[in-house]
Amino acid sequence: MTERKIRVLIAKPGLDGHDRGAKVVARALRDAGMEVIYTGLRQTPEMIAEAALQEDVDVVGLSILSGAHMALVPRVMELLRENGQEHVRVFIGGIIPDEDVPRLLEMGVYAVYGPGTLTDDIVEDIRKAILGAEAPAA
Amino acid sequence: MENIAEQVLAGNRYALSRVLTHIENDTSEGRAALKALFPHTGRAHLIGVTGAPGTGKSSLVNRLAYYYRHPPEGEPKRVAIVAVDPSSPFTGGAILGDRIRMRDLAGDRGIFIRSMASRGALGGLSRATAGVVAALDAAGFDVIFIETVGAGQAEVDIARLAHTTLVVEAPGLGDDVQAIKAGILEIADVLVVNKADRPGALSTLRALTEMLKLAHPSQEVIMHHGRRMTIPGAQAEQAAPVWIPPVVKTVAIENEGIDDLAAAIGKHRTYLRESGEWQVRDRVRLQSELEDMLRDALMQQWQRRVPSDTYKATLEDVFARRLAPYDAVAYLVNHRAPAR
Repeated sequence: MTERKIRVLIAKPGLDGHDRGAKVVARALRDAGMEVIYTGLRQTPEMIAEAALQEDVDVVGLSILSGAHMALVPRVMELLRENGQEHVRVFIGGIIPDEDVPRLLEMGVYAVYGPGTLTDDIVEDIRKAILGAEAPAA
Repeated sequence: MENIAEQVLAGNRYALSRVLTHIENDTSEGRAALKALFPHTGRAHLIGVTGAPGTGKSSLVNRLAYYYRHPPEGEPKRVAIVAVDPSSPFTGGAILGDRIRMRDLAGDRGIFIRSMASRGALGGLSRATAGVVAALDAAGFDVIFIETVGAGQAEVDIARLAHTTLVVEAPGLGDDVQAIKAGILEIADVLVVNKADRPGALSTLRALTEMLKLAHPSQEVIMHHGRRMTIPGAQAEQAAPVWIPPVVKTVAIENEGIDDLAAAIGKHRTYLRESGEWQVRDRVRLQSELEDMLRDALMQQWQRRVPSDTYKATLEDVFARRLAPYDAVAYLVNHRAPAR
């Protein structure tokens, strides 16, 4: 038996082309020992859900700086559910107005990370969400 | 979990994805699924794609897969892609970025792409790659591309796994001495010079063509006797047809040369089928997989038998130069009684 590997999909839905943040997070998760599937820019919610299905990831991280999060995120969540992947944790990074954060969390988003977030905090949250949830069962 | 293999055979894509995870993590569920799926394997054409980092392997696979999905004639084929990227030797983490180049394939249910980390294996694949490929084969994909880690000179495991191995080169990566070194070029069934619009493409092409002529003197002999062999293997009267790897020029991002490359792959497949080499490769692959598993099983059996204290004590003897490594191995292998 090999150790449990956390698999994370990092995707950029929508039309903004700023992927520095997504790459920094991807790199930080890699350094934390996770396997990070990076899909690149301008992904549709359909492409993201399909990649999540084929890669059987535990976590989907969406980086959005375009302001279109209230349109894109619900669609991704819906498609994940349709595919039977409602257990996948979704987190959002980017520029998200404060008033939208509670609504996103209500939709089932696990966490929202704005500018200035420490990558260590993201790593810790993901570990807690995935390994913590499994610990009682094991 | 009992019928997850049945779900895979019935075409359930999420079940397939779950099975691949179990195989990758070497769980008992993964082993059970592989056992159930094994009788359904052996049908797909396994195409390995290897070459140095940055030569354009992912872009080529993207174009080829698209070509097989939209062939100029005949039925589209169902295509799976297994793309391996390296794991960090320090943290075990990985960035798997091959999907970035494969966005043309999104939204097509006849395509299944799975990224794998090498997880410490050194041959350009990961330990579980063969199992993952077997599950995709059983799931009914007609063509399975296996893209290796960006490989240098010695990562040749792919040749044991694949029916047809593409070695991808790009201009400007070395002089003609690189072309005559042993290793990765020797495993090529088809050589691809990608980025052929770059300066130096012609000299790369020449160096590779020249190298192949030297490697296959039989071609010269056949020409000598006036029996021109245009497509090796296609002529039935040749007793033992020889496959001369063709060199194909491509510019993957411009979609140039992809039809030539697909034609070369098709010819190789015909050659394998008609020469009996298909069965030979199948047997070689299954034998080497069996031997790998046997090695793992024997190692585990041995670890259960020899107490770790005995092992540590022997190791200390070696550290202190009291015992030579060969003698230590002989002692440990023959060790039967419980400690002392």
